[in-house]
Amino acid sequence: MSNTHADTVLYVRDTMLDQQEPPASTVGPVGWAKDNLFSGWLNTALTVLSSLFIAYLLYRLIPWFVSPTWDGTSLSNCREILDGHEGACWGVIRDRWQQLLFGFYPPELYWRPILTLVLLLVALAPVLYTDYVTPKLLYFSAAFPFLMPWLLWGGTVWMPLMAAAGFAIGFVVFTLVSRVLNAGISIFAAALVAVLWWVLLAAPVAHGIASVLPLALEPVASRDFGGFMLSITIGVTAIGCSLPIGIVLALGRRSDLPLVKILCVGFIEFIRGVPLITLLFVASVLLNIFLPPGTNFDIILRVMIMVTLFASAYMAEVIRGGLAALPKGQYEAADALGLDYWKAQRLIIMPQALKISIPGIVSTFIGVFKDTTLVSIIGLIDPLGLANGIRADTAWNGIYWELFIFIGAVFFIFCFSMSRYSMYLERKLQTGHR
Amino acid sequence: MTTLTDPPAESFKLSMLVYDTRYRSITFQIIALIAFLLFFGWLTLNTVQNLNDLGKEVSFGFLGNPAGYDINQRLIEYDNQDTHLRAAFVGLLNTLLVAVLGCITATIVGVIVGVLRLSGNWLIARLMTVYVEMFRNVPVLMWIILAMAVLIESLPAPSAFRGDDPDSTMKLFDSVALTNRGVYIPEPLFSRGLGDISFFGAFDISVDLIAIIVVLIGSIWVSKRIGRKADATQEATGIRPTTWHIRTAVVILPTVVLLGILGFHLGYPELRGFNFQGGTHMRNSLIALWLALSLYTAAFVAEIVRAGIMAISAGQTEAAAALGLRSNRIMSLVILPQALRVIIPPLISQYLNLTKNSSLAIAVGYMDITGTLMGITLNQTGRELETVLLGMAIYLVISLIISSVMNVYNERKKLVER
Repeated sequence: MSNTHADTVLYVRDTMLDQQEPPASTVGPVGWAKDNLFSGWLNTALTVLSSLFIAYLLYRLIPWFVSPTWDGTSLSNCREILDGHEGACWGVIRDRWQQLLFGFYPPELYWRPILTLVLLLVALAPVLYTDYVTPKLLYFSAAFPFLMPWLLWGGTVWMPLMAAAGFAIGFVVFTLVSRVLNAGISIFAAALVAVLWWVLLAAPVAHGIASVLPLALEPVASRDFGGFMLSITIGVTAIGCSLPIGIVLALGRRSDLPLVKILCVGFIEFIRGVPLITLLFVASVLLNIFLPPGTNFDIILRVMIMVTLFASAYMAEVIRGGLAALPKGQYEAADALGLDYWKAQRLIIMPQALKISIPGIVSTFIGVFKDTTLVSIIGLIDPLGLANGIRADTAWNGIYWELFIFIGAVFFIFCFSMSRYSMYLERKLQTGHR
Repeated sequence: MTTLTDPPAESFKLSMLVYDTRYRSITFQIIALIAFLLFFGWLTLNTVQNLNDLGKEVSFGFLGNPAGYDINQRLIEYDNQDTHLRAAFVGLLNTLLVAVLGCITATIVGVIVGVLRLSGNWLIARLMTVYVEMFRNVPVLMWIILAMAVLIESLPAPSAFRGDDPDSTMKLFDSVALTNRGVYIPEPLFSRGLGDISFFGAFDISVDLIAIIVVLIGSIWVSKRIGRKADATQEATGIRPTTWHIRTAVVILPTVVLLGILGFHLGYPELRGFNFQGGTHMRNSLIALWLALSLYTAAFVAEIVRAGIMAISAGQTEAAAALGLRSNRIMSLVILPQALRVIIPPLISQYLNLTKNSSLAIAVGYMDITGTLMGITLNQTGRELETVLLGMAIYLVISLIISSVMNVYNERKKLVER
């Protein structure tokens, strides 16, 4: 008599049962809802409450949004159209959208800022999407900083060309000198020659050529700049210039030379310690006192300089974080390969440090772009400054949601796409474990 | 036979200043110093010459002159015959007021939103994501102006509260009035108050307030003592005496008794004439700034909190549970101390940002240090150099204080490795 299982029980299944479908309540939409929405009394209560909240919000908002007031000519006219119902007065957007986008830029010249924006996207394409766009476009990206001011402000084409020539001259000097002397001196010599060119020669040469061959666009004064065009102009300039300055400052802050370090730390901490609005006050009232008597340069340029300095200090800290996060072995390996300081930075350190600091860099960019709205406080007419003006207009007095929804939505689109792009870039550049 | 000879003495050549690493750093630093001094000197020279041309001289004497303007929201006594210095001080207190209020609200809202964003409830997590993205991607100045516009345009005028059948009523048992001129809330009053003491003749502080704070701090200290004693008992015997009821009583009772002695009652706002009288009046500018700054900063705080919680691996919770700790002890002994190390430094830098962003008060007419010193005082005295530099210096000092607090904290909480 064996004691095996088969002998002690009456029935033994000798074939496997077919696999059964999982219970209907754990798969599909029902299972998902059970897991994610109703997984306990607290979650159920929260779900019900928030659904009620969303439903109420939509119930109030949708009729408000869908309101037939696109042709309203004033707030009172909108109210007549609405006839006592709640609703938005979209007439203000139809009436003023051009102003909100371009400020007081002459309407017949709107093609210039639009073309600039398109060219900006073209210039950015090889930088942003290296996989899809031919690197040859980078030459255009290099030319864009000189093209942009010419298209926006107009005037003679020779001035930006001469400014660009300064860089070319500097480059030539660098290649010539670096055959004889070391890199540091060559950079110094190139910078010196370029600065001399800009300060002494560029303007007379430009005027000279312009008198022979006048290639000019109709000039537009800075006070006509406004709306999102102004925000984007200031933002793009500050973003573009702050990255290189920030890298230099970050390297300076980590430098072995105590004096250079002190200067960089002092600059960074000073800028980061004061609100941007005080720096804008400096731009609007103090810069003229600090510069030689008689200098009176453009308020937008002054603001750009200040916003750039502000952004660079924050950028420097972000990049310093990236530099600090690199393992020490990377620095030592670069030294072991016999690379000098600049080569090590360029080939080993910076590519990795910048990659680590992408999220921080992009959030600084977003911050800078949002901070361009502060210029409305010193009297420039950015979208918020325009909104104040429109609300003071008798026709639109008392309107606010519609305007701010429009402005907020545009800012949201720009900032949100920047943050999404940074996520894409992070994923693309991710090489390590994790 | 070998002889030891000294290496040939190297003679100093000028090119060594650049090519020899021993001298190169000094050369570069001297060049940098000269360039910096030249630049700074150039700025100073220009400034001196420009000021000469304008017939101005740098002096802070104007701070002692009567300011001549009113400040409607203030924490200390001030009228338009007081000096510019006192006006600036009122502004500074207003900056600190909105910064402190904003930091507290932003932390509370931010922590709640950050935790809810990690919630298993899909709908709640999405709602919180919408909130965070909405506030992070739109300029704070727009939120401030929008909040101000909403308050002014949508709240009823004080006249709407009048009559037998008013259009609006006061909220919260007739204690709070929301009007387009501001929010009126009950104010604490003392029928047997101890009066004020004057500090340096500059501002008065209520003795009642000092007494309450002293008593509160004292009772918290006693309560901590009781807690420590309970710890000691637990160490010695393994049994923790129940102390929470004694500790609660120790914290609450003395303060309640003191309030009773001082005759504490609330002064409610009342509609008299065209406006509300009594109670504490918070201007719409303050409310708008406070709301916008705290909601905006809360979005950033929420992300920080979320990152901090996510930085603690699940293994920590499991290990603590394996040691037999209960869930609230796991939170307080294992998770929080580690998460806080990640959370606190960026949190403090958000506080710093909020304080700096409070300078946007000028857009809604809240009289902070930017509005007083760098706003009206600048315009009235025409001393742009002095006022702007002084204002920057004040912000710099505030920032440096906050960041030194952060450094002290980082130093104390630093992980000691190897």
